[in-house]
Amino acid sequence: MWAYITKRLLLSVPVILGVAFMVFAMVRVLPGDPARIIAGEAATQEIVEGIRKDMGLDQPLLRQFATFAMSVLRGDFGRSVRSKAPVGGEIAARLPNTIRLATAGLGIAVLVGVSAGVISAIRPYSLIDTAVMLVALAGLSMPVFWSGLMLILVFAVWLKWLPAVGTGGIEHLVLPAVTLGMSTAAIIARMSRSSMLEVLRSDYIRTARAKGLAEAAVVNRHAFRNALIPVITVVGLQMGTLLSGAVLTETVFAWPGIGRLLVEGILARDYPIVQASVLVVAMAFVMVNLTVDVLYAVVDPRIHYD
Amino acid sequence: MTEPGKIGLPGDSAAPVPAQAALRWSAVRPSRSRLRMVWGQFRRNRAGLAGLAILALFLCAGLFATVLAPYDPYEIELESGLKGPSPGHLLGQDELGRDLLSRVIYGARLSLVIGVIAVSIGVGVGVPIGAISGYFGGLPDLLVQRLIDIMLAFPGVLLAIVLVAIMGVGLVQVMVAVGIVSIPVYARLVRGQVLSLRAQEFVDAARAVGATSVRIIWRHVLPNTLAVIIVQSTLQIASAILSAAALGFLGLGAQPPAAEWGSMLSNARQYIRLAPHSVMFPGLAIMLTVLGFNLLGDAIRDALDPRMRI
Repeated sequence: MWAYITKRLLLSVPVILGVAFMVFAMVRVLPGDPARIIAGEAATQEIVEGIRKDMGLDQPLLRQFATFAMSVLRGDFGRSVRSKAPVGGEIAARLPNTIRLATAGLGIAVLVGVSAGVISAIRPYSLIDTAVMLVALAGLSMPVFWSGLMLILVFAVWLKWLPAVGTGGIEHLVLPAVTLGMSTAAIIARMSRSSMLEVLRSDYIRTARAKGLAEAAVVNRHAFRNALIPVITVVGLQMGTLLSGAVLTETVFAWPGIGRLLVEGILARDYPIVQASVLVVAMAFVMVNLTVDVLYAVVDPRIHYD
Repeated sequence: MTEPGKIGLPGDSAAPVPAQAALRWSAVRPSRSRLRMVWGQFRRNRAGLAGLAILALFLCAGLFATVLAPYDPYEIELESGLKGPSPGHLLGQDELGRDLLSRVIYGARLSLVIGVIAVSIGVGVGVPIGAISGYFGGLPDLLVQRLIDIMLAFPGVLLAIVLVAIMGVGLVQVMVAVGIVSIPVYARLVRGQVLSLRAQEFVDAARAVGATSVRIIWRHVLPNTLAVIIVQSTLQIASAILSAAALGFLGLGAQPPAAEWGSMLSNARQYIRLAPHSVMFPGLAIMLTVLGFNLLGDAIRDALDPRMRI
């Protein structure tokens, strides 16, 4: 298994380099002169030249990339065009908020999704199964930003139970986390149901029932744990949905995370901010995928990686 | 709709063809009996029929928007801004007094066009890439696969956001960006299919009788991937519409005053307390359209291969 993990780690190196290069190239392929864009329309030619030199834009492309990669490794993402503050500090301030939101969203998604899927699978084609699967399908089709707005409408505007926007105590986290977790919960519910149904039809479940085990023991001890394996894969695959959902959720709830930073950066043409936030999110995604793959190898002893 | 050729598969023509040509034709097109079988499976699926009905409704709305919309979607009526649903304006009016029903109807046209164009870009570029890279293998395949890895390293709508950041904000840019995002999906899907098809006897047989690689891919391999491409495309249109609406909502897509569902929501959200209806209906429209495509995609998949059912 160590060989597999090493191989997987090595394979992710070109991906990370590629992502970094794409993000790096982003500013270079922009129509017009990046130095001019950063300096602003009114700047004199000397200022533009100065910025060009500062940014190293007069150097060969590959050397520019090497410089860029080295400074990123040191955590230096340059300075924001708008606030002139170091981008690294901005990212560091926002990242914990996004992690908090994503973790809470994932927790809700797994909890709700797995329970709904298992309940459906225990009574397939019953009324409750049909209802759960219909709700799951609706959840899957709902745009994240709209379900967020609807939750605000019901729980903040009409019922006044929870705050609509902003950060603070746990009550501020509830609506964004539910919003973010909803569509992932729907996917997990569908997957858990089909996985559970398949396991419940298998021979060893019939054996367990035949030897007289209580249905609860059959479901909990024999079926559930085996049904979880494909669910873990789906959870891993859903991390991307979750991260991009975070960008939208943060916008709806004015949640000061990386996603909000990214969108603000694009709208303000603040490219150092855009570069850094895209890079951080993409790297996080690559790392999460890597972790999921390794976890999968650890969890399922039936799989051998050579 | 009992005609079997109407479920999105290339239809069969009624014109009589010589036996020889008919034989070759059948190598590329699914046969009439297979279509009938698929339709027979499909029509028993109530969820799929519901999806088809929803989509038919939105398709009509999009096609006949000019006739169906009771008002001009851009006509401003400031004095009745944010008014709720009334007999004159069934879904109410937005902050500028524009008729919401008319805007939602015109939005259907925009969203469907965005979805179809984006997916066409994905299919048009992704399928050839996947087929060629899977069939020939070797170094080009390796390079293409790494490039796909890099594109897939951007979670979901983030790649589209990055592309829009590069290309600039606007509706056309959104279609292209969302289209590009779906390229790796098709490339990977088709490559996987081609890898397993390549090893089958009928491909060996074609090669043995001297068929060129291009001919083998086009005549023998690709027709066999058609089923998965159709299923994927139905589901992909749903996600393209969602992504485009998301970009519109973030202010990176269609710009005001365009009657685009995402950007309508983005405008309406500041009036959520005063005019909940202006937030409800555009989102409901997105949800129903996406739901329609999801139901249809699931049903087509089940009909094409009952064993794939989940």
